[in-house]
Amino acid sequence: MVELLQTWLQRPNFIVFVILFLWGIYIMAAHPNLVKKLIGLYIVQTSVIFFLVAFSAKEGATVPIILSGTTSVNPLDYANPLPHVLTVTAIVVQIATLGVSLALVSAIHKRFGSLDEDEVMEQLG
Amino acid sequence: MTFELPLLFLLVITAGGAILVKDLISAVFILGSYSFALALVWALLGAVDVAFVEAVVGAGLATVFFLLTLFRTTEKDNHLRRPPMPWPAIIGLPLLGVLLLYGAGDLPAFGDAYSAASTHISPVFLQNSLADTRTPNVVTAVLMDYRSFDTFIETIVIFTAGIACALILRKGN
Repeated sequence: MVELLQTWLQRPNFIVFVILFLWGIYIMAAHPNLVKKLIGLYIVQTSVIFFLVAFSAKEGATVPIILSGTTSVNPLDYANPLPHVLTVTAIVVQIATLGVSLALVSAIHKRFGSLDEDEVMEQLG
Repeated sequence: MTFELPLLFLLVITAGGAILVKDLISAVFILGSYSFALALVWALLGAVDVAFVEAVVGAGLATVFFLLTLFRTTEKDNHLRRPPMPWPAIIGLPLLGVLLLYGAGDLPAFGDAYSAASTHISPVFLQNSLADTRTPNVVTAVLMDYRSFDTFIETIVIFTAGIACALILRKGN
């Protein structure tokens, strides 16, 4: 039990990821307001990206930009660039899906006059 | 590590504020500050490109999208009572949390330079990208040169999303 607690305290990033991920999923499932659901979705997406980027850090390493005049690169001096590449792509796709879902919310409000899930379901019968 | 813990604390606080605040406009602005705190954490972890993208696209563009939607619709969350917690959430979410925390012991330690993610292919990119592409920024070299087709097809994803928004929001629908 003490070892498990120690492994958690050594990884504060992971604790924050778990808190944000579960809280976001809970809001997506339980909150009746559609915009609040999308806020939860945004928090889930960013928390997963945060989890991936935290792997790229190396102790004592700098940003992955090669200094000028370097002839042979020591990989231990620079942070791992691959999670950065993948998450840059993921952030842009995340905003695209967020835009489409916000447009859908806007259309739902135009049709039913409410952002509340319960009221929309009542009108649907 | 000195600056990281207060920033992580700020992250949880701002996310909680965005979720708990009743007024939707305030919630969206707090979400923007959450994005900005996230960008600071990433800059601290050495992921400057991700931090730039999050600050511009996440804190800027997402806030603008949310605000445009709220100006077209209502700004108030008219649910005054707390929604009752559905029972699958009561059982499922703590179970998922316990599973995730149980698996935490197998993850590489934070800042471990010899973790599996940093040992196999990533040193190859770091060592060869300057000679291959003449670009000092390795992230740009991988994104725009080694994986340029992936980036190219990503623009099609953005284009499709734009078309979908235009079709949903067109007049007289």
